[in-house]
Amino acid sequence: MTALQSNVLDIHTPQGREEAWRFTPLKRLAGMHDGSAITSLLNSLQPVQALPSGVSFDTVEADAFSPTDDAITQRIRAFSKTVQRLTISKNSEIAQPIHFSRSMRDLNSVEFARIQIVVEPHAKATVIFENSGDLRIGEDLEIQVGAGAHLTFISLQEWGASSIHAARHNAVVERDATFNSIIVTVGGSLVRLLPTVEFAGPGSSAELLGVYFATAGQFFEHRIFVDHLVPQAKSRVNYKGALAGQDAHTVWIGDVFIRAAAEGTDTYELNRNLLLSDGARADSVPNLEIETGEIVGAGHASTTGRFDDEQLFYLMSRGINSADARRLVVRGFFTEIVSQIKDQVIEDRIMARIDDELAKAGAING
Amino acid sequence: MSTLEIRGLKVSVTTENGDVEILKGVDLTIKSGETHAIMGPNGSGKSTLAYSIAGHPKYTITGGTVTLDGADVLEMSVDERAKAGLFLAMQYPVEVPGVSVSNFLRTAATALRGEAPKLREWVGEVKGAMEALKMDPSFASRNVNEGFSGGEKKRHEIMQLELLKPKIAILDETDSGLDVDALRVVSEGVNRAKENSNVGVLLITHYTRILKYIKPDFVHVFANGKIVEEGGPELADKLEAQGYEEYVNA
Ligand SMILES: Nc1ncnc2c1ncn2[C@@H]1O[C@H](COP(=O)(O)OP(=O)(O)OP(=O)(O)O)[C@@H](O)[C@H]1O
Ligand SMILES: [Mg+2]
Repeated sequence: MTALQSNVLDIHTPQGREEAWRFTPLKRLAGMHDGSAITSLLNSLQPVQALPSGVSFDTVEADAFSPTDDAITQRIRAFSKTVQRLTISKNSEIAQPIHFSRSMRDLNSVEFARIQIVVEPHAKATVIFENSGDLRIGEDLEIQVGAGAHLTFISLQEWGASSIHAARHNAVVERDATFNSIIVTVGGSLVRLLPTVEFAGPGSSAELLGVYFATAGQFFEHRIFVDHLVPQAKSRVNYKGALAGQDAHTVWIGDVFIRAAAEGTDTYELNRNLLLSDGARADSVPNLEIETGEIVGAGHASTTGRFDDEQLFYLMSRGINSADARRLVVRGFFTEIVSQIKDQVIEDRIMARIDDELAKAGAING
Repeated sequence: MSTLEIRGLKVSVTTENGDVEILKGVDLTIKSGETHAIMGPNGSGKSTLAYSIAGHPKYTITGGTVTLDGADVLEMSVDERAKAGLFLAMQYPVEVPGVSVSNFLRTAATALRGEAPKLREWVGEVKGAMEALKMDPSFASRNVNEGFSGGEKKRHEIMQLELLKPKIAILDETDSGLDVDALRVVSEGVNRAKENSNVGVLLITHYTRILKYIKPDFVHVFANGKIVEEGGPELADKLEAQGYEEYVNA
């Protein structure tokens, strides 16, 4: 789509002053936000193995997607009327994780991708998206977790250095359903993810976990929104990030909205950042809005700190050299969340990547 | 046979109100197989001495020397001191989130021995050390000191003493916070280390009860940043009866 065509659409082009965009370097979005991008339908997301029975993956006409005021998502929807839809059929329990990957290299155009994951009632599955290679991609992902269903969704951003990834991951979680997500962002030039959860039925729960590690020049933003629209839903958010190197910049926003009808809500969100060098910047903004007092609990915490000298001293006093001690502390910091992936190959790969980034950034010396 | 020699050690810490001298000239020599007890009032600088020998970055050495078999300890980084054969069992062991005890111990043993211990033998070694200190095997998979009770942290320190086999070990109030059974178990651990590897021990304590299990060859009274009196085990009994008043006001 050309810039001219996009002007016909009634989409607000972010200027950078808007609350949702105030941290994002718009110039580095390859025109995804203002309609100037040369867009394509690459369908880069592909299943890694044959899909088990009870699971299908098709390209279909888009039906109702959740409304959003995110300009990039609006442009993706205006661009494409088809979606790639993954369906886990009713009552299916899929034992093995379903792996998808993007691994191509194309920096000439911007892929606008529309994806849907539909977990039908009482089905259970783990879906893993492995993003590597170098792409410029705007991703509109709609997740529906049907009544009593259970989805673990893992999205790995192990991009190459030139990638740009802007995505909205919106999960609608029905009655008694469980949605768990793990977001890992360790590569790319700019990654901006909007994990959002709408509770659509009582008894539903969501756990949003994430880790990110930004080194020199990288910008990683995770902007979370959990909407407690219904009574008796539970949410947990825990994101951990590390930064090292000049102009490494991360943004974590945790918006939790407890509406008047959401009695019995139980929510807690946490963001911890480890600043491993000078010149890096971690923004962390938890935000809780509460319209009813009839709740089980609501809380948040946010910390940003440096290496703990006492921990390093303890490890080194046992003969462990400074670099290894730092590696241990950083790995330890991330282990709590990475170990939840429950896939040894992926966990080892992520930890190795973190070791590499740490070494590259020189953050283990001195 | 190893010798740790501390001569005229002066140490200060930086505070909001400038540098404060804590150690004011400490002289002490510890040889393999010897056990030295240091007793002294709160705040007299005992932990400062222990940390300074181990190389904690908070402390600034302003004078004196520390050598281990002639090698300049003060020139060494913290890990080099451990590799040279020094060990500090800390008064307040530090929690290291996300790092399991087994990973920590193996990393430390690999660093100190210069090669990774053979997995099968190592597992047996750790299991034996844990059993000897009556620690539940589940501790191996827990994070270092995280959620450990005070007594469990101290057992974990002594377990490291047994596994890492230093030449000279400084035990900073290892007996504090131990119940009577734990005190015996931990003391037996120290005595095993003395027997098996002839470790020289500097034992910092407030109580004579641990000295019933771990017999000191020398007792030093520490006050106002230096050693003010030295004697044999009988000095500990005198301190217990009379306190530190005569030294503090001296
Ligand atoms: N960072 C610091 N700032 C100010 N004073 C300090 C600092 N660190 C240590 N000190 C002081 O140094 C003195 C010696 O402390 P140290 O911990 O060595 O005492 P200690 O003999 O081990 O006491 P205890 O028996 O209570 O363990 C104390 O008065 C303490 O307050
Ligand atoms: Mg002390």
